[in-house]
Amino acid sequence: MGKLFSAAVIIITVISVAIFVMHIWWLPVDISTTGPAIDRQLDETMVGTGVLFLASQILLAIFVWGASNTSSSRRAKNFPGGARPIVAFSIIIVGIEILTLTFVGSKAWGAIYIEPAAANALKVDVQAEQFAFYFRYPGPDGQFGSLHPDKVDDGSGNYFGLDPANDVAARDDIVVGSLEVPVDTPVALTLHSKDVGHSFFVRELRLQQDFVPGLDIPVHFTATKIGRYEIVCTQLCGLGHYNMKAYLEVVSKPDYDQWLKTQAGQ
Amino acid sequence: MHDVSTDPALHHHNPPTGFIRKWVFSLDHKVIGKQYYALALVSVFIGIVLSWLMRLHLAWPAWPIPLLDKLSAVGAPSGVMTPEYYLSLLTMHGTIMVFFVLTNAPFAAFGNYFLPIQIGAEDMAFPRFNMMSFWTTFLAWVVMMASFFIADGPPISGWTAYAPLSAVGGDAGPGLALGQTLWAISIAIFCIGSLLGALNFISTTLDLRTKGMSLARMPFSSWAWFVTSVISLLAFAVLLPACILLILDRTAGTSFFIPAGLILSDKLQPHSGGSPLLWQHLFWFFGHPEVYIAILPSIGIVCTILPVFARKPLLGARAVIGSMIAIGFLSYMVWGHHMFVSGMNPFSADLFSVPTLIITIPATILSLLLIGTVYGAKMRFTSAALFCLGFISVFISGGISGFFLAQPSLDTVLHATYFVVAHFHFVMAVASIFGVFAGTYFWFPKMTGRMMSESLGKLHFWLTFIGVYAIFMPMHYLGLAGNVRRYSAFVDDYAIALIPVHKFITIAALLTGAAQLIFLFNLIWSRFRGAIASENPWEATSLEWSTSSPPPFDNFGGRHMIVYNGPNEYGVEGAQDYVMQTSPENVSAH
Repeated sequence: MGKLFSAAVIIITVISVAIFVMHIWWLPVDISTTGPAIDRQLDETMVGTGVLFLASQILLAIFVWGASNTSSSRRAKNFPGGARPIVAFSIIIVGIEILTLTFVGSKAWGAIYIEPAAANALKVDVQAEQFAFYFRYPGPDGQFGSLHPDKVDDGSGNYFGLDPANDVAARDDIVVGSLEVPVDTPVALTLHSKDVGHSFFVRELRLQQDFVPGLDIPVHFTATKIGRYEIVCTQLCGLGHYNMKAYLEVVSKPDYDQWLKTQAGQ
Repeated sequence: MHDVSTDPALHHHNPPTGFIRKWVFSLDHKVIGKQYYALALVSVFIGIVLSWLMRLHLAWPAWPIPLLDKLSAVGAPSGVMTPEYYLSLLTMHGTIMVFFVLTNAPFAAFGNYFLPIQIGAEDMAFPRFNMMSFWTTFLAWVVMMASFFIADGPPISGWTAYAPLSAVGGDAGPGLALGQTLWAISIAIFCIGSLLGALNFISTTLDLRTKGMSLARMPFSSWAWFVTSVISLLAFAVLLPACILLILDRTAGTSFFIPAGLILSDKLQPHSGGSPLLWQHLFWFFGHPEVYIAILPSIGIVCTILPVFARKPLLGARAVIGSMIAIGFLSYMVWGHHMFVSGMNPFSADLFSVPTLIITIPATILSLLLIGTVYGAKMRFTSAALFCLGFISVFISGGISGFFLAQPSLDTVLHATYFVVAHFHFVMAVASIFGVFAGTYFWFPKMTGRMMSESLGKLHFWLTFIGVYAIFMPMHYLGLAGNVRRYSAFVDDYAIALIPVHKFITIAALLTGAAQLIFLFNLIWSRFRGAIASENPWEATSLEWSTSSPPPFDNFGGRHMIVYNGPNEYGVEGAQDYVMQTSPENVSAH
């Protein structure tokens, strides 16, 4: 029975690790300037914990294999050195792992969430609601119109609650259903929610940030590859949560200027 | 003068004779322990069925599920569930499993039954409180179950019930009117039951230990229940007011968790000034310690049982107890790791990340000490022993992924994906349940006077051990690939490629869930047909094995037990290789 257990643990461990190592299922391609640091951090964690995982499962299997020999000629043995080496090993090895991961990881985290966006970043206002994202560009005047919750009317397309009749800055605001950005350009988003909690997750940007009702949350990124990427909601927001998505369209700078002109002309 | 307060005769109570006082409103901690176990057993099968329904829907969304329309004609017209009914089932699966199974079975059920016996007491310190805590918990369960039978169905906000989705009422969606209110009331009642239970456990441990039972001589399971009750007292004391505030927001027009200017169902909500993040802080201040409320008792149970079948002492007894206390202490400093991307101050990320990573040190010490205990042993591979070994394996597998999720920078890609689902199911659910299975196979003879079937037990172990890996290991891959959790369907090109993995998981979940029927059958069959158990069938040392199986009403038949040894005296020289805690002969130190 013990040998069977050891065999099962070894087989499970080897298959599990092999699938990780072979990257059969893995993160999609990274398209942001901050993404490589995250991916490096993930790889380092994967190697460090992978070794711990393999070593401890295999050790368990080996010891159980040995413990299944119950012949009366063999005497039970105690672990050499007792508990002390195990405690010391855990504190030192895991301690070093923790310090390394924290120092390296803090930089990756800081680059996304603590460093402010570049001053010249393209500013886009993002609103999440059950069950859609809307994106607002300031238009030719570079000014966002102010928001009036009482003016919100999805039926007439006034998702943000703009008041163009009285607010000059609001008149040229561009409101669209997908996030169009130029490649290699810093983008600064301001996230706010109309109703409940939502989240902004673009796998390829390695970026996730919740929308919190009542707060305006800044987040920034620079996309490095042209393409179309999914923006999904990752905070349970109601019955349509599974279907709440939009697209991030990363385009060349001339294409972006053309798109902006078309939008502003409408 | 005669001191009435210390006269043992006045504390002695006779066994009740009527059915109601003996089996229903019993003051006997052993009956109450069994009642908690029964409630957890019913709940776990409900939880399994809910997970089956969800898994079937994820893998084959168009298939009508037989009888599901009978449970809810609105939620599953002609057997195919709606997206909102999926979320209702998800909410109830999480809530039932976390509160009524993982909190009740390893802690309240086994703790109630065995803590007093293991420390040589006749009963809990406050038997009436004890009865109240079970029946309060039962009331909470009834209120929770009632939400299945109301028109709107159970809430759809998940077991975490994030505000304002959970706070604004029916405008936010189905299940969020009466269903969510029932949820909040049920959890508030559950908190009261748990607080009463925690106070009782603490008082019992500190005041009712028999002569010679110093804290250092308490079995590891009793230590774990003690540490857990302290965690429980502080954690539920925060969740209770949080639930009351949520109920007030929902029913009395307050705005603790709801800011101004929200528009739901095209209506401007009449609230202002609240903070959704406040709910998250209060919830996770409870929610993270809750993880340890679920896992620590199982760690204690495994540390108690493994040496019995390894026939040698647990390696590093003091380090084990120290690690459990360290985990309990640290559990209060880490709740923010659930909130790295929640919009709280990004500077606080390291503050929560570092203590979280530090918890891996005592957890590593515990795992390695358990592995070291197996080294050189002459193991008896009973069902209980196999579940202890399985516990070590799944606890490591679940703990390892904690290294990833504890890092804020990796949360940017792993938060809210199936990687998280894999992590907490392994480390909190599966590991904890393996402890419960080990405890059941080990203590069933003591609780019923009959042995469980070992062949059925081993079959149950193998199907479950392989099954849980088949279910939860692939979820890591799904998470890395960016598969978001809590989705009722995968509708875009991105996730459709992952559906074959979901089908594999669904099949594994159906089989593993069905394997639990073997366990249920074994429980019922052995209760009536199992071989008669002796007083100490496993040759174990702690006090419950020094009394009859099952123990008499006052646990030791009027004897006052005196303890001479620690619980860890296995593998000693002599005619028998262990020394009972009650044995007066001297033991050489290891």
